[in-house]
Amino acid sequence: MTMVRIPPTLRPDAEGQREVSAAGTTVREVLNEVGERFPRLRARIFENGNIAAFVNVYVGGEDIRTQDGLETRVADDATVILLPAMAGGC
Amino acid sequence: MAQVEHGLELDAAAARELLDRDDGAVLVDVRGEDEWAGGYIPGAVLVPLRELPERIAEVAPDRSQNVVLYCAVGARSLRGARALQELGYERPVSMSGGIVDWLSRGYPSTLERTLEPDQRERYSRHVLIPEVGEVGQLKLLDTSMLLIGAGGLGSPAALYLAAAGVGRLGIVDDDVVDESNLQRQVLHSTARLGEPKADSAKRTLTELNPDVEVVTIEERLTSDNIDTILAAGWDVIVDGADNFPTRYLLNDASVWHDIPVVHGSIYRFEGQTTVFKPHEGPCYRCLFPQPPPPELAPSCAEGGVLGVLPGVIGSLQANEALKLALGAGNPLVGRLLLFDALSTSFTEVAIRRDPDCPVCGDSPTITEYIDYVEFCAAR
Repeated sequence: MTMVRIPPTLRPDAEGQREVSAAGTTVREVLNEVGERFPRLRARIFENGNIAAFVNVYVGGEDIRTQDGLETRVADDATVILLPAMAGGC
Repeated sequence: MAQVEHGLELDAAAARELLDRDDGAVLVDVRGEDEWAGGYIPGAVLVPLRELPERIAEVAPDRSQNVVLYCAVGARSLRGARALQELGYERPVSMSGGIVDWLSRGYPSTLERTLEPDQRERYSRHVLIPEVGEVGQLKLLDTSMLLIGAGGLGSPAALYLAAAGVGRLGIVDDDVVDESNLQRQVLHSTARLGEPKADSAKRTLTELNPDVEVVTIEERLTSDNIDTILAAGWDVIVDGADNFPTRYLLNDASVWHDIPVVHGSIYRFEGQTTVFKPHEGPCYRCLFPQPPPPELAPSCAEGGVLGVLPGVIGSLQANEALKLALGAGNPLVGRLLLFDALSTSFTEVAIRRDPDCPVCGDSPTITEYIDYVEFCAAR
């Protein structure tokens, strides 16, 4: 199973989970499975069928925008990181 | 100073006297090339310790001649002297205390400028590090850094940068000290409630290190004042802002002014830090082309933050800023470091320059300041 890390600001849309596991061979498959469990999270992070511009998605430490986007392959033991910007320096 | 090991060590005064007395004596610097480049004792020849056994015959062909070895503080040169003894040299000596002690006595060197005696004491733990040394410390004293915010991140960053002897620190903050700040903003104190944070920061930092000139800028960064503020000769900017409009404004300005930004951000138990070095690495917009919608951008005042978290991230920012100033090591350019205080884990992800970036890309589409508040609210 792939672990998907949920950032603090999106946890309210994922029942407070910090990490969820999901199966899939591509980012699209993994996030679809996560999105089925947490429809509010799906509504947040997808925009017109693509990842919303404010969310960075990393697989194996690389931004999927510099890989194959949603079709980026995900190894079974990989970690997918969802990462929006954080403003605080306070 | 270390005890003089009979026969194998001489202190700086005795070594100098020997070198003056014996024209045939050879003075060998066994440090590395980087350290040598930072300044050496006139008349010395460089033979790094690991090359000493093979190359000593080049510089001291006669095993009965006086050979004086030195390094930074005397440890490597003592090993070198023992090695020469084993090779059959009759009079190898290590200068105890090394070049650090030599300089502290005011003896001649190729350094054009040296630390003042009290500075050599204050920064002695820096001077001992080969990557810093006397030259690096002088570099720090000549460096100007601008801190955006004297809050959670700015507090530890400013304290360590001032302690390190960064010569000029600018503090941009228009806020006053509030009781709710004191759980983490260690620059300030209960006695300073209601005081401007910039002033409070200046007092704390000047008390810590009077070598540092603290410039207070009691303003909020805006499109109108940022060019003037950034034009004051800053080598590095440490970003501890608390809102997205300021972060995007600072990014665009720093790209146009070509000043590296050490970025840090925090929320609850999680923090991020990276270095944006204009035109060499990605910028903030390459990393985050868009801010989150406002409802997903809570401040610490709304969502909270673990008090020690800015201590970790702000200290990492100070580390990066010092490395940039020294030109040492491998800064976090193109690498975003994520810290999770709950699991105590660090994760690193790659950030790449976006050739289509509207500000630092190949064909920029944003070439002057925009309305950042609107840009960040319009999601």
